[in-house]
Amino acid sequence: MDNVIRRRTLGARLGRAMLYAVLLLAALFYLLPLAVMLITSVKPLAEISPGTLLSLPREPTLAPWAKAWGEACTGMRCEGVGVYFFNSIAIVVPAVLISTIIGALNGYALTKWRFKGSELVFALMLFGCFIPFQVVLLPMAQTLGWLGLSSSRAGLVLVHVVFGIAFTTLFFRNFYVAVPTELVSAAKLDGAGFFRIFWRILLPVSAPIIVVSVIWQFTQIWNDFLFGVAFSAHNTQPVTVALNNLVNTSTGVREYNVDMAAAMIAALPTLIVYVLAGKYFVRGLTAGSVKG
Amino acid sequence: MSLSRSVAPLAAGAASRRSHSGRLQAWLPKLVLAPSIAISLLFVYGFMLWTFILSLTNSRMLPSYEFVGFAQYARLMANDRWWVASTNLVVFGGLFVAICLALGLLLAILLDQRIRQEGALRTIYLYPMALSFIVTGVVWKWLLNPGLGIQAMVRSWGFENFRFDWLVNPDTAVYTLVIAAVWQASGFVMALFLAGLRGIDDSILKAAQLDGASLPRIYWRVVIPCLRPVVFSAVMILSHIAIKSFDLVVALTGGGPGYASDLPATFMYAHAFTRAQIGLGSASAMLMLGGVLAILIPYLYSELRNRRHG
Repeated sequence: MDNVIRRRTLGARLGRAMLYAVLLLAALFYLLPLAVMLITSVKPLAEISPGTLLSLPREPTLAPWAKAWGEACTGMRCEGVGVYFFNSIAIVVPAVLISTIIGALNGYALTKWRFKGSELVFALMLFGCFIPFQVVLLPMAQTLGWLGLSSSRAGLVLVHVVFGIAFTTLFFRNFYVAVPTELVSAAKLDGAGFFRIFWRILLPVSAPIIVVSVIWQFTQIWNDFLFGVAFSAHNTQPVTVALNNLVNTSTGVREYNVDMAAAMIAALPTLIVYVLAGKYFVRGLTAGSVKG
Repeated sequence: MSLSRSVAPLAAGAASRRSHSGRLQAWLPKLVLAPSIAISLLFVYGFMLWTFILSLTNSRMLPSYEFVGFAQYARLMANDRWWVASTNLVVFGGLFVAICLALGLLLAILLDQRIRQEGALRTIYLYPMALSFIVTGVVWKWLLNPGLGIQAMVRSWGFENFRFDWLVNPDTAVYTLVIAAVWQASGFVMALFLAGLRGIDDSILKAAQLDGASLPRIYWRVVIPCLRPVVFSAVMILSHIAIKSFDLVVALTGGGPGYASDLPATFMYAHAFTRAQIGLGSASAMLMLGGVLAILIPYLYSELRNRRHG
């Protein structure tokens, strides 16, 4: 501490000021797009002209939000992104729950009931995290057709579960590896079975990793565009696809304020999750990168 | 003697009953894993093989199984749009990875200087990662739109000749992808580096300080070398994001002007789903997979070697 105080010369103070200046500048760079998006989304169209990017609205209005939600045209239809927002929810909720449950059981079986070849099984499944999804798109389209799930929300749930369990298994496997095995072994000696041990011993300590897995899957699936655009029809599209259609629908005057309001609507759920549970979000990101 | 003989079957019966449920217990983990294994074999490995097979056929609108050998790959190699897309990926991927690393490392080092409000700054740097690439693309399209965005704003400040029309210029459109992608992912790299910095043993730094090394020198010679594994995994994740980049291109440039900012992912989608060129699209998907493997295999190799050594 002495050291620190003694070094507080003019130069050091200047350096300190520079340091904060650079950090704030960076913060500005990251915040600017969000600020512009928000400002533009509450401006009447008349206030949008060259050079007004950063000017605050003189007459703030929520009309662009209302239009984006309920009336704006996405392709041929003009019912806003609201319906697609609910499509996204209808896809995300079951997909997140199912993939998290399967991932938890997989992670548990792979760590507490090791068998010959269990590491190989893990490696085999882990590879699913790395493939570019373009390599499965065409067969998936045909398979969904055979299953009668083409362009349906159920089909999208299936796709997200199938390609999500590699990640959820990774999360839970890496978490359960660190849970002491002694308790599990003792319970096994007492004759407790597979599900009983999971329920009584593993599940009670799993809260953090469940949160990580749910947040990760939620963000991934909510933000998905590739599967959404490839495997949906106009009435089953997720909100990301609808947003893209809305922005690219060229009828009459470009309503940038409505575009921005729609973008905010599509962004809000994941943003809120990030603000509320940022710590877990970061853990998911790094766990997704830190390999088994 | 007779007693033991009469007990033996009983014990055997109990044992067999126990081993019966024991056998079930032994099978249960495998049973639980079986659906996932089947899904993985079918939907990942099977589909990869299927796409490979499609890439050997002359499928157009619908999959057909008339084999034409590697003709689709030859067509791909002769396809100008594919070369534009691949070159763009090298330019985009290279710049994206390099800038993210530099910016992420810089911000992490600066944030590691006992900054007030560090948590708030970290949150601000990282939030774009929570957004969809479609949202990012829509916002940056608005900012980079020469008529109403940043260019118009700077001109309205009196710099009449200011030009920032990268988005509509075929030679520079690909750089707008870099800007938006860096905006989205650099905070994440910062978080990785910051975690790495916090993991470095303080005593190493103290020793270097006692030796009289200057701060920049300590960072350059001592700290950054310690972060090698972080750099490695960051490069791995970022190049993975780059190869898969699809949504961002669709939302920001639409691959345009023309196909000037196409990437392999958009090339594949356009040919397989809208241009009725399933064979060609499959071949491009296989090359994308090849690209991912080219990054992944050396990475996994070094990971495994490190683990064996350490």
